[in-house]
Formats: sequence, structure tokens, C-alpha cells
Amino acid sequence: MADLTYREAVAEGIAREMRRDPSVVCLGEDIGAAGGVFKTTQGLFEEFGPARVWDTPISEQAIVGAAMGAAMTGMRPVAEIMFSDFLAVCWDFIANEMPKVRYMTGGQVTVPMVVRTANGGGLGFGAQHSQAVENWAFTIPGLVIAAPSTPADVIGLMASAIRSDDPVMFFEHKTLFASKGERPPEGHMVPFGQANVVRAGDDITLVGLAWSMPIVIEAAEQLAAQGISAEVIDLRTLVPLDASTVLGSVARTSRILIVEENPLQGGWGGTLASIVADEGFYDLDAPVKRLAAANVPLPFATHLEDQVLPSVATTVTTAAAMVNS
Amino acid sequence: MPDGTQTLPVSTQDLRGWYEQLLVIRGTEKAAFDLFMSGLVKGTTHLAAGHEGVAVGASAALRPDDYVWATYRGHHHAMARGLSPEACLAELMSKGTGACEGKGGSMHLTYAPGNMMGSYAIVGSHMPMAVGSAWSAVLRETDQVSVAFFGDGATNIGAFHEAVNLAVVWKLPVIFICENNLYMEYTPISSVTAVEHPAADRAAAYSLPRIVIDGNDVVTVRDEVGKAVARARAGEGPSIIECLTYRHYGHSRTDPAKYRPEGELEQWLMRDPVTVLRDQLVEAGVGEDELTVIEGRAQQMVTHAVEAAKAAPLSDPREAFTDVWADGGSQWRT
Ligand SMILES: Cc1ncc(C[n+]2csc(CCOP(=O)(O)OP(=O)(O)O)c2C)c(N)n1
Ligand SMILES: [Mg+2]
Repeated sequence: MADLTYREAVAEGIAREMRRDPSVVCLGEDIGAAGGVFKTTQGLFEEFGPARVWDTPISEQAIVGAAMGAAMTGMRPVAEIMFSDFLAVCWDFIANEMPKVRYMTGGQVTVPMVVRTANGGGLGFGAQHSQAVENWAFTIPGLVIAAPSTPADVIGLMASAIRSDDPVMFFEHKTLFASKGERPPEGHMVPFGQANVVRAGDDITLVGLAWSMPIVIEAAEQLAAQGISAEVIDLRTLVPLDASTVLGSVARTSRILIVEENPLQGGWGGTLASIVADEGFYDLDAPVKRLAAANVPLPFATHLEDQVLPSVATTVTTAAAMVNS
Repeated sequence: MPDGTQTLPVSTQDLRGWYEQLLVIRGTEKAAFDLFMSGLVKGTTHLAAGHEGVAVGASAALRPDDYVWATYRGHHHAMARGLSPEACLAELMSKGTGACEGKGGSMHLTYAPGNMMGSYAIVGSHMPMAVGSAWSAVLRETDQVSVAFFGDGATNIGAFHEAVNLAVVWKLPVIFICENNLYMEYTPISSVTAVEHPAADRAAAYSLPRIVIDGNDVVTVRDEVGKAVARARAGEGPSIIECLTYRHYGHSRTDPAKYRPEGELEQWLMRDPVTVLRDQLVEAGVGEDELTVIEGRAQQMVTHAVEAAKAAPLSDPREAFTDVWADGGSQWRT
């Protein structure tokens, strides 16, 4: 089957659900005829028309709030927030409204909606357009968090997200948009909470998510050349968190290195590390390690950004030191 | 079908029904205050005593399948859409028979069977949601109307302006009803707002007419909301209606409202929605004895609600871990 890009997979994933279910509608800034700032909604307006693909004003609160109101009354809206940094502008809805309304009404309402957003650095957009903010969402109980790393997972997780009756934060990664992968068959679904063991190994477990997946995969390749066998796990969703796959892996490898794009300070790896320390302690032969962004705003210049983010080289060095110590 | 300009008919029977509704809500608010004072209600309450005319008048203009969204000061809106006084008080008292099983409390009263979609405690947050339910009605091709009730203070928050603009641009069937009670928490709205009428004077910026009405007259509210409903159902888009009203208690809890000028409350009590409607009933020829019967019935209903809510058990401790997810549970990891 022909390949497609991660970027095309976003539009394809949404389109597949829109064809299946007339209650799926899209809203966001420049997502209609313009096809989205990242061209991730290209073709949707042409196929489904203005009754299902709605351009909005620059009103992030109204976008997410209106999506909520529609979700609570019979629709399945897919809202786009152009850059994930802009989630801060509508954070009330992400933090206080979407994840809480079902609970605080005693289950009287449900909120089947998706907030999609372009996340992360690597394109030289500076501190206000480059953050990896999946950890912001990870502090809030009540949000499903998906962050795919391949085109097939984009389509499979998008299907799960749109069909989910819970609010889903869907993080699409800016540096992955141009990457290519196999086009999955019609009906392809990736269930939430099922990590992908991308590569089996015995000496160390490398855990990544979205942006860090190409890094840990390449690092595993280089480690293999040094005679170190690394198991590579793509979490795919932070909530639900597939801790049992990670713990099962650590039970065999006895070492774990978590590679994150978000800052070390408050990054999602801290929670995963605490689970491993707590429930996998007696399996461990080395301290649990994390590589994450340095605790500084993301700089503009590429050579400065390289200083801040984890890399293949730091991943290989850290992993090798853990195995060889 | 009203065409948006006609006044709707009022029967004495309507007036009787609205009077009883007003009394039940007023009695429940008073009971909530007393229960709070006696320590049986935890946390906080924002009582709507004085505002009931807006809720009863607006709901008289709505259909059961229309959507209503309220603020943390929302007991009156939940009850006007069918929530029983018992389920309201039980929720305040953390009881299992409460509207939200003790997980919402006073500030989040919700009555989904009446399409009362919730009470929201972040000022302005529910206004985009009301736009969303109006959008949903258009998408589903129903002629349901959505109403967002909000305070004067909410007109200075961004979500209000984003919501109104989007509703106008998308021509959605939503009605924004401001309950202007002159105050935010403890500060007069006039001291922090660039216009005299915080909601109505903003309408022009969104190409909407300026509408200010007496929120303490159920009939006036019903008529004005009725016109806006007719416009909305006819596909003519949103409206903003500013209702002038006044809260009888303080902002919340036991706030003694010392910031009010002397005599202000007394003046507004003369325009109490209950008194206004009672006078209208008398004028319509309803006798004192009949009014006494209605008043007794409302009082009895509230008394019964208080007793039942007191007698009900606390909600099950396991409720803390239900209803996070649509599957009913709270599991977040394997
Ligand atoms: C975003 C936000 N800011 C501040 C508050 C605290 N607060 C709660 S009620 C209130 C006053 C709101 O006044 P108004 O909108 O006039 O409503 P009223 O209480 O008079 O009904 C404030 C400031 C809040 N809940 N949310
Ligand atoms: Mg006020």
C-alpha cells in the first residue's frame, strides 16, 4: 500500500471518521478552504463542505467552549488549536471545563470531543510556538492524551479519539508532519492505553512518545552496534497510561531510560518513573533515568535548541552508561 | 407562532403557575440559607433570592427541549427547568439523593433531563458552551434554542466577547441573558465597567439591539425572551437581554453585604418579583384565599424537601471514583 505523510494522515484520519459518522464536525482557525496552517485539514472542506468544516475567529476559548457545548448535545466536534502553546489562552476549558463537567454533574453529561493541536519544537519558531506541552494536560485528571509518532498511529488513534465518549487531547508533532509511513487499511484503529513495543531487547528499556520516538529508535540501532540490546516502547497515549507494558519490559531488562521532549521539570516521565520506582523497584539493576528538555524556555536558534533537547547522542551515552556501570 | 414583535398572551392560570414556581424557588433559597447557617450545608452557596423572576420568566418562554446554561448562582435556573427542591437541597447537603450525587454541590447544579446543562463557577466559561449547543442544534437541524444566564461581572471577561461574536458570525439560536444585580462579589459593576449597561451597551459592538428590561417582572421577562426565542427559531440569530434585578442576600455564604448603600435593599424589596407577581394576580381578580392556598402549597413543598433532604443518607463514598470517564469509572492506567 502506498505511503502517506504524518501530515496527510491527520486529514485522512479525520476524513475516515467524518465519512462514517455525520455527527463529526471540525472547527478551528484557517482549517476550511485554507486547509490548516500545517495543512493537516487539507481536503476536508472540499469533501465535506462548510456545514461540517467551520472556520472560526481567533477565539480559542470560543473554539473549545463551543466544541464542548456541541459535544454535550449530540455532536462529535474536532477542534483545532493551531499551536499547542495557544492552549494557554483557553486553558480554563482544557483544565476546568472539559475534564470536570461529567464528574461534577454526577455523570449527567458526556463530552465526546477532540482537541487537536500542533505540538513541540524543532522548526525554529521560538519560545511561544515550539513548546511540548503534553505534560500540561497530564496534570489534569479527566483528559485522554494521545500523541502519535507514525502516520498509521495518527489514523488509528484519531479513530479512537473521535469515537471516544471522553474528551481527548490529540497532540500532533510539528517535526513529524513530513515523515512518511505505511497507509493503514480502512477501519484501522489503535486502542487507547496500548503502548507499542517497537523493538524487542533485553538490556534496557527505552520509553518515548511522539517526537522522541525517532530518537530512541535510532539510539537503539546505535546501541545494538555496541552490543547493547535495547527494547523500545512508544507509549502512544499518556492517559490511559500503559504502565503494565512498561513494567513488564523492565521486569526483563532491569533498566529504564525515559526520553521526553517536555521539560524535566513537571514532565510526564516523572510520573512514569515514580510508578517504575514504586512497582518495579526489585526488578531494577540501575536507577531510573530520564532525559528531557532542560528547564529553560525553548530558544529560537537551532544550535541553541540542540543544547536544550535530548538527542540520539545523549540517549546512547546515557543508556550505555546505565548498562555498562 | 409569535413573529418576534407581538406580545404573548397571559392567562390567570399562567400567572398562578409562575407565582407558585417563584414561591417554591424563594422558599428553597431561604431553606438553603438556613441550612447553611445551621452547618448542614458545607462550602458555599450563591443564593438567587431576588433573581427568580428572570428564571421563571425565561423558562416560561422556552420549550422543554431548549438548552439552559447557568452560573454558580444557578439554583433558580435548575429548579425552573424541573429540578426538585429536594434534589437541590440534598445536593447542597452532600446527600446521595442530590442532583449530582454530591460531586457538584451548589455551584454545579445540573438537571440534564430538563436540558439544564449545568452551572459553571469560572465566570463566563459557560457562554461559549451555550454557543456550542446552539451550533449543535443548527447542525442537527432541530429548532432548539440555547440560553446562557450570566452576571453583570461576566461582561468584562474575554469568553463573553468571544462567545457573542461567534454566535453573531455563525447566526446561532442563542440568547444571552444578563442578570444585572449591580454587583460582582462586593464591588459595584459600575465602578469597573466602561459603559452604563454592562451587557446591553456592548450589544451594538456585535450588531445586536440594546435591550434592558425589568428582570423582576416575570411577564416582562417572558415577553422579551419570547421575542428573542422567536427570532432565534426563525434563524435570525442571537440576542442579548439585560435584566435588571437584585440579590436579597449577600454574594455568597454569610456575606452581610455591608458594601450596599443604606436603603438600597429596601427599595429593591419593594420591587421583589414575588410581590410584583402577587399584585398582578390580585389585579387579575385572584382572591386572597386562593393566594393563601398557593402560598401554603409552596411552603409545604419546601418543608417536605428540607425534611427529605435531611433524612437522606450521604452519597456513597465510592461515588468519589465514578463518572470521570464515560464508562463510569476513573481508571487512568494499566
Ligand atoms: C474567572 C473568574 N474570576 C473570578 C471569580 C471569582 N468570582 C466568583 S463570583 C464573582 C462575581 C461575579 O459577578 P457577576 O458576574 O455579576 O455575578 P453575580 O455573582 O453577581 O451573580 C467573582 C469575581 C471566578 N469565579 N471566576
Ligand atoms: Mg452581579
